[in-house]
Amino acid sequence: MGRTKKMVKEELANRPDNTAFTQQRLPAWQPMLSAGIVIPGFVIIGLAFIGIGVALFVTSQSIQLLELDYTGVEQTSPCFKCSDPNAKNCMCELTFSTDTLFKGPVFFYYGLSNYFQNYRSYGVSKDDDQLSGNLDNFKSPSDTCAPYEYDRNNKPFVPCGAVANSLFNDTFKLYQIVNGAKKVVPLDGKGISWWTDYNIKYRNPAVTPLKNAFNGTVKPLYWSKPAYELDPSDPANNGFINQDFLVWMRRAALPDFRKLYRRITDGDYAEGLPAGNYSLQIAYNYPVLSFEGRKKVVFSNVSWMGGKNEFLGIAYLVIGSLCVVMSVVMLIVYAKFKFPEEE
Amino acid sequence: MGSVASYFGQLCGGEEKKEEERHLRANDRPFNLSYNYANNAIKTSKYNIFSFLPCNLFEQFRRLANAYFLFLMLLQLIPQVSSLSWFTTAVPLILVLSMTAVKDASDDINRHKSDNQVNNRIVNVLIDGELRKEKWKNVQVGDIIKLENNQFVTADLLLLSSSEPLNLCVCVCVCVSCTADANLSLSGEVRCEPPNNRLDKFKGTLTLDGQTYSLDNDKVLLRGCTLRNTEWCFGVVVFGGPDTKLMQNSGKTTFKRTSIDHLMNVLVLCIFGFLASMCTVLAIGNGIWEVREGSVFTVFLPRDEGVNAALSSFLSFWSYVIILNTVVPISLYVSVEIIRLGNSFYIDWDRKMYYPKNDTPAQARTTTLNEELGQIKYIFSDKTGTLTQNIMTFNRCSINGKAYGEQLCLYKNYGKTERVDFSWNRLADPKFMFHDYSLVETVREGNLEAQAFFRLLALCHTVMPEEKKEGELYYQAQSPDEGALVTAARNFGFVFRSRTPETITAVEMDRSVTYELLAVLDFNNVRKRMSVIVRSPEGKVTLFCKGADTIIFERLHPSCNKLKEITIGHLNEYAGDGLRTLALAYKDLDERYLEDWKQRHHEASTAMEGREERLDELYEEIEKDLLLLGATAVEDKLQDGVPQTIEQLAKADIKIWVLTGDKQETAENIGYSCNMLREEMRDIFVVAANTAEGVKEELQNARRKMCPDSVDEPSVIKARAGLFWLQRTETVQDEKVDGDYGLVINGHSLAFALEKNLQMELLRTACMCQTVICCRVTPLQKAQVVQLVKKYKQAVTLAIGDGANDVSMIKAAHIGVGISGQEGMQAVLSSDYSFAQFRYLQRLLLVHGRWSYLRMCKFLRYFFYKNFTFTFVHFWYAFFCGFSAQTVYDEWFITLYNLVYTALPVLGLSLFDQDVNDRWSFQYPQLYTPGQLNLYFSKKAFVRCMLHSCYSSLILFFIPWAAIYDTVRDDGKDIADYQSFALLAQTCLLVVMNVQLCLDTDYWTAVNQFFVWGSLAAYFAVTFTMYSNGMFLIFTSSFPFIGTARNSLNQPNVWLTIFLTSLLCILPVVAFRFILIQLRPTINDKVRHKVRKEALPAPTPRRPPARRISTRRSGYAFSHSQGYGDLVTSRKFLQRLPLWSRQAPFTQTDSPLAQNQPQHYRTIAEEPEESQSP
Repeated sequence: MGRTKKMVKEELANRPDNTAFTQQRLPAWQPMLSAGIVIPGFVIIGLAFIGIGVALFVTSQSIQLLELDYTGVEQTSPCFKCSDPNAKNCMCELTFSTDTLFKGPVFFYYGLSNYFQNYRSYGVSKDDDQLSGNLDNFKSPSDTCAPYEYDRNNKPFVPCGAVANSLFNDTFKLYQIVNGAKKVVPLDGKGISWWTDYNIKYRNPAVTPLKNAFNGTVKPLYWSKPAYELDPSDPANNGFINQDFLVWMRRAALPDFRKLYRRITDGDYAEGLPAGNYSLQIAYNYPVLSFEGRKKVVFSNVSWMGGKNEFLGIAYLVIGSLCVVMSVVMLIVYAKFKFPEEE
Repeated sequence: MGSVASYFGQLCGGEEKKEEERHLRANDRPFNLSYNYANNAIKTSKYNIFSFLPCNLFEQFRRLANAYFLFLMLLQLIPQVSSLSWFTTAVPLILVLSMTAVKDASDDINRHKSDNQVNNRIVNVLIDGELRKEKWKNVQVGDIIKLENNQFVTADLLLLSSSEPLNLCVCVCVCVSCTADANLSLSGEVRCEPPNNRLDKFKGTLTLDGQTYSLDNDKVLLRGCTLRNTEWCFGVVVFGGPDTKLMQNSGKTTFKRTSIDHLMNVLVLCIFGFLASMCTVLAIGNGIWEVREGSVFTVFLPRDEGVNAALSSFLSFWSYVIILNTVVPISLYVSVEIIRLGNSFYIDWDRKMYYPKNDTPAQARTTTLNEELGQIKYIFSDKTGTLTQNIMTFNRCSINGKAYGEQLCLYKNYGKTERVDFSWNRLADPKFMFHDYSLVETVREGNLEAQAFFRLLALCHTVMPEEKKEGELYYQAQSPDEGALVTAARNFGFVFRSRTPETITAVEMDRSVTYELLAVLDFNNVRKRMSVIVRSPEGKVTLFCKGADTIIFERLHPSCNKLKEITIGHLNEYAGDGLRTLALAYKDLDERYLEDWKQRHHEASTAMEGREERLDELYEEIEKDLLLLGATAVEDKLQDGVPQTIEQLAKADIKIWVLTGDKQETAENIGYSCNMLREEMRDIFVVAANTAEGVKEELQNARRKMCPDSVDEPSVIKARAGLFWLQRTETVQDEKVDGDYGLVINGHSLAFALEKNLQMELLRTACMCQTVICCRVTPLQKAQVVQLVKKYKQAVTLAIGDGANDVSMIKAAHIGVGISGQEGMQAVLSSDYSFAQFRYLQRLLLVHGRWSYLRMCKFLRYFFYKNFTFTFVHFWYAFFCGFSAQTVYDEWFITLYNLVYTALPVLGLSLFDQDVNDRWSFQYPQLYTPGQLNLYFSKKAFVRCMLHSCYSSLILFFIPWAAIYDTVRDDGKDIADYQSFALLAQTCLLVVMNVQLCLDTDYWTAVNQFFVWGSLAAYFAVTFTMYSNGMFLIFTSSFPFIGTARNSLNQPNVWLTIFLTSLLCILPVVAFRFILIQLRPTINDKVRHKVRKEALPAPTPRRPPARRISTRRSGYAFSHSQGYGDLVTSRKFLQRLPLWSRQAPFTQTDSPLAQNQPQHYRTIAEEPEESQSP
């Protein structure tokens, strides 16, 4: 018996294995685009989309937003005088009023448009090693920083590169005008950058005082103060972990962008900006007119879905409705043209 | 550069100087060595350890795609241009190169192994007058070697002598001097042609003792053959190793490429053009931007010195070439190879294409042609050994008006009746089968007619008996029909045992009887009969005659009329079953008359003039007033399942042409029995003219009959195709014909029809017919027919055959299939696919071919879609980033996208997908037709892919763009930054690609699920890892995206955006497909719809074959054209070896099975060779 079996085996030595894989008989699920799945699927997706769309749209509508352009292009603008490129240390003041309570927490952004932070050679012009506190790169910055690698005296810029060099340097002060008197609205500049940027990606070299680390280097060309003196009021907010610096270094994806400047969370304004008149004092330093850029400030609050953006809500609504319409169309097509069953 | 290339070319290839004439002396090594002929060592391997790396790299970079990516990598090293880090190109390139290198290396190692094995085989070489064992590689040109039975032929040998005495008239002169094994000394000098690759030609002269003999192809043994049925032989080595005809042939096989390959090359070229135009657009955009915006933005981004708008635009062109390079798919070729390899393995593994009887699995010998199997439009089939088994069986007979034998059932249901037991006859052939016991009883009872019937079969033939051992008889028949008939007589107790020129000895019912053979009236094509005149021991003189029924019936004695009617009835029945019939008759002769006749016969056969005619007259005179004995029916056994296979293939709209070397009647007969020619066909045209005009007229008449309003000029579509549209193609349009027609054309006519002025005529007429049978076709003509269809139909052709005469057509067709395990191996060796039975062809085409094509097309469509979509997003982003060649995605994502994130799911799709399973594929052969029409992947489909990609990329860019525009996180922090946007865009892309793949997948196995989910999981895992703190702290500058994943993927609006984008990409596709299914369902949709309703196809009702009664009786059982009566009556055959199977001892078969089978006989009609004079 065993022998015959063995012989059979030998005779059929070349017989392929009988497995589901080799015989292409793997068990499988074979879904089809049948009417029973597609049409109800479209209805369900459509309804779900409309639901999400309504939620998003309502949420977005509830977000308050206030935008003020202060570039000073128009002659009527209070900042017109500062738009002259020769003006130095120019200050201008913008007034605005709110009719209702601007619900807190209010976020204070500055916005730039037609500003190409996403231009490739601009974007690569920085040195991540230097910015993470590597002292070697203080002396010899990476050549990606060109053309802001060394100054004319061949001293390294720290922080080097175009991104750092172009740090936004307008500053703002916000006052509420109460009975004709200016009341300072406290602006909170802490924790406006990403946690990972602040704690991991950017680090000051472990040198105290910080100033010593910068020996033999020069401040970026456009900077008025060296990196270690960016925030005289808070010694911890200096060097590469200065919050404004961090926010700027996270370069924008699009040529129109806004960046967080401050939060209004303290004191009388924790609940928001009450209705009333406000005055915004601007130290106008940053030149944008040469490339037809615009500068603005934005006050906004946020919701669970982030800042104000009506697009998502509308898109969901439109697409949801289209789905429903489409399902009706498909139903009609199916009922009318359903392909004949016979061969 | 050029010189470097040529240097490498020399290093890796190598050229040799030309040889004019080969001159050698047998057994004179010093003399032969002076010519520096190659010795017998072969080297098929390409590389050695040191040359592997440079040579292999050189080979690989000769491929356009690889060279292009090398160029890209160099481009990336230029800082002004480099828009991506070098690793984005280097990692895929290195991976692709190393994968190919590993494959090449393993191939080469195998070649080294087989080289070593072959080179170290041992052979007996005659050195200094004694035989020494030598390794093959040490054998030199001019050595004399001795081969033994079943040994491989060492090199191309000039045969000197062998154990078979008469076998070789080759060099009788030489044989004289070397009769024994030992002490051979020979000083012949050979001059012959230089090494070449023509297997069928050899020219040379042998000078021996001052005499010159001419040498031709018959006198050489070629390397690669095996010595068979010959105990030993001696030969002198003429060509060794690389010079042998085998090696000369092997290097020069044309590399077959599929139509998809050609299309892909064209598309890749188009893509290059497209890439260039995209880059130009963006470069111009960059120029404009630089003038309008960039020139003023210099406050924050000063320009490099000396860079103006024009230069910047030029640089950005190259930067975009780098970024958009992903439209040119580097991994495409590798993936395509993997898919084809996988699908080839499925063929090797298929148990349903495994033939247990001789343990032969199907084999995909070429792994690069799979998808072409799904596009076959024309099949060219050999007959003998392919459609038929080349086995004749005596099946039925009619004796004296009584029919015997089982009614033939086409479906081989022999189980019903028992095999007749022939054990009473000790000389019976155990392999013979018959299923009607009554015939045995009739014979044994002593029925005179039955005995005369079998006596005739035992006596009237030209078969040679061979009895090596007592009782073990072997018949060597000139045609298998004869063998079958004589074997039948043997089993029924009339054993033909031996013959001398004057006698035939038979054992009749255990009684040995010796007949005196008085005359053999030989068979030829005109007479269609043969007769013998014998005198029995009792002194009775009888003429036995067998021949085509019509011929015999004309010569019957009137007293047989009634019997004739009955027999005709039986014959009609046999013919209806496709059996080959013969009528048998006899006549007792008067001694005196015979004396007279013999006298005249002698005169006639020695006459100098009109010998043939006079003999014919004499034969005619004596073969009359015959008495009918009955009729035989021999079945030319079809292989199993041939008619069904042909029916299935016909349903799949594949046209089958039979190209056979057989004569017309045989071919037609097979045409009928395998359902290709049918009684109900409107007409079957036979073209058998002998002049060009005649052929033309017959073809035109046939065409006009099929389609009266067909115009004289064929409608030809001229087009340009191929790379750079350099190829001109002409396609002859199909013409509509009502009803089925058949065309039979013989070799003579075909020769005329294949000439330039008639070939169009042939093609048009033949393509209008359902069935085309070409008979008496030479191997060359077979190839020409294939070429003709290939050239003017632009259709995919398949040739299937089993013998050496099919090799040319197998090589000429797009796909060659060899039937393995039957006759020689030549057909298999030159084929692309091989299996043991013709019926497996339907599985190869309808299942494997169809699936392969489907999978390949799905793969290509998806692959192009995936890469285009990926790339187009960059294009849209350019308009928002000042055309600065800023990528949308993270560089790591770009690197890993094709290699890791999307590689496996699409491989899963293209290795496992099936629209319907194999049983449904057989049930609906129509599913095959989309492949023939190139429906699934064409330039049109490619453009559709691009448009789809365009749509998807617009969605994939602008939805995320609009969604993050001016928005912030829910804690007010930044989310509209570049890194978050990149992450969002790439996540959307990857999700969409996976969902799209799911939509394309019809067949969800666990593996597919695993690949899809695994890829998504891998993406997130890899992304979170690369964006983690740890990676940043270790490789600070390589992973700048730290924290992006954490900061943006926890935002609900990011996920809502991903969700929206995916659905917006997918839903229109779903709706479109759904509506298309409703409005214009394809055959696939219909069948799939049916599959959902019925889990399994209803088993096809096995239609019993319709009984046919046919008066058409073309196949009479002589498959040769000229008898060998002369031989039988001469003394030559006493020298035992049949001359007609001159090549028989050297069959190229490696299968031991061949010996168990009944003898094969082939007539290989070769081109007449020009005789050469020394």
